[in-house]
Amino acid sequence: MCPTRTPTEQEKHGRRGRPITDRDANEINRVEELSYDLKVRDVMTAKLFTTTPQASLFDVLELLRLNRISGVPVIQDDELVGIISIEDIVRAMERNDLTELVGQYMTRALATVFNYDSIYKAMQTFAERKVGRLPVVDETNRLVGMITKGDITRGILTALQKDYKEEEVRRYRASHLFEDIISDRTTLVLRYNIKAHDFTHGGNASSNIKRALLRLGADPQIARRCGIAVYEAEMNLIIHTTHGGILKLEVEPHRITMSTTDDGPGISDVNQVLQPGYSTATEQVREMGFGAGMGLVNIKRCVDSMDIESTVGKGTKLIMRIHVPTENFNGRKDG
Amino acid sequence: MDKNMNLQQIIDRLNLTILTGPRDFAEIHPEGGYTSDLLSCVMAGAKSNHLWITLQAHLNIVAVAALLEVAAIIITENAKPDAATISKANEQGIILLSTPKQTFEIDGKLWEMGVRIQE
Repeated sequence: MCPTRTPTEQEKHGRRGRPITDRDANEINRVEELSYDLKVRDVMTAKLFTTTPQASLFDVLELLRLNRISGVPVIQDDELVGIISIEDIVRAMERNDLTELVGQYMTRALATVFNYDSIYKAMQTFAERKVGRLPVVDETNRLVGMITKGDITRGILTALQKDYKEEEVRRYRASHLFEDIISDRTTLVLRYNIKAHDFTHGGNASSNIKRALLRLGADPQIARRCGIAVYEAEMNLIIHTTHGGILKLEVEPHRITMSTTDDGPGISDVNQVLQPGYSTATEQVREMGFGAGMGLVNIKRCVDSMDIESTVGKGTKLIMRIHVPTENFNGRKDG
Repeated sequence: MDKNMNLQQIIDRLNLTILTGPRDFAEIHPEGGYTSDLLSCVMAGAKSNHLWITLQAHLNIVAVAALLEVAAIIITENAKPDAATISKANEQGIILLSTPKQTFEIDGKLWEMGVRIQE
């Protein structure tokens, strides 16, 4: 037997087994992904009952009955030559033929799947051949197992269960970060470079920060306040700075500190920019709905403390702090 | 407000065009609304699960809606978001709805339908 095997869909087209556009990728759910990732050998039954063409149908019926199975592969000289199922035996019973030999009634033109095929391929074969079980062969065409639709369902459910457990573990690890790492002062720092006039990415850093805080187990209300404050600060860097700036988030068990630093143009009168409605935004930016003169007012409302230091020609530093009640982040209660 | 009023009913009654991907709109029950074209005012005023009614249709409305977790954005007077805005909305799970009607009319109809601010 020739050992060359045809390449699997996965080898031909990459990890998911077929060419996938970005658009498709969004629509693929985990079950579909698993049906490409899981292999027939991962889910098949390897412990096999077999029979030979010379066995009597009566013996096969006993084999099926005792083992509660509905069909067995037929082997001759180490090669798969057919399959005999309960349906074939029913046909024989109708003719009172149970003493006949397996070779007489078995199904010969067999559909098989390779052990290295994806279960997606196996599902296709089930659909095309309208059969309930398929013999599994290796690249030398030797029988190595059987696969049923039930095996596939079980395989997918087991894999999903494993996914779920892994996600639980990841969540647990993130939310217990501050408990697990022991130091005199643990701080997690996230840094984002914000470009001036980059409206296309406006709000991305804030969204990522909010998501990170939720992942770390922050109270949703606190994550929301941080999100709003940091969004206004991020947009200020985009709208008003000469070269953009740096947005920094420092998470400690008892406190979240957000800050922006830029190198100009600087604010001449800090008290003036704190007045609701005061804005220096251009007409063009106002048309987009920015420049309401409410940014710093909003920030003040959302955080526990806010400080601005600014020098014209040098730049501005904005620091915002939110205190975290001790039960948040499952942190040490040293607040 | 009428607890039974879901987003699917609102879409049907106001004849809104759905710009983003399919969702089970009947499962979404907006708890009020906020109207403004000034993003900072929306940041201050809109609550999560509110409808946001605006004339703005550019990319930045998606970030605002995502941070606030609004139920949906209703874009009035046929203002058309570009493809990048719609694709970012889909990515972030934000629902964009469109209408040729003016904001005033949409607000009035929503109020009549029982979408109100809870005291």
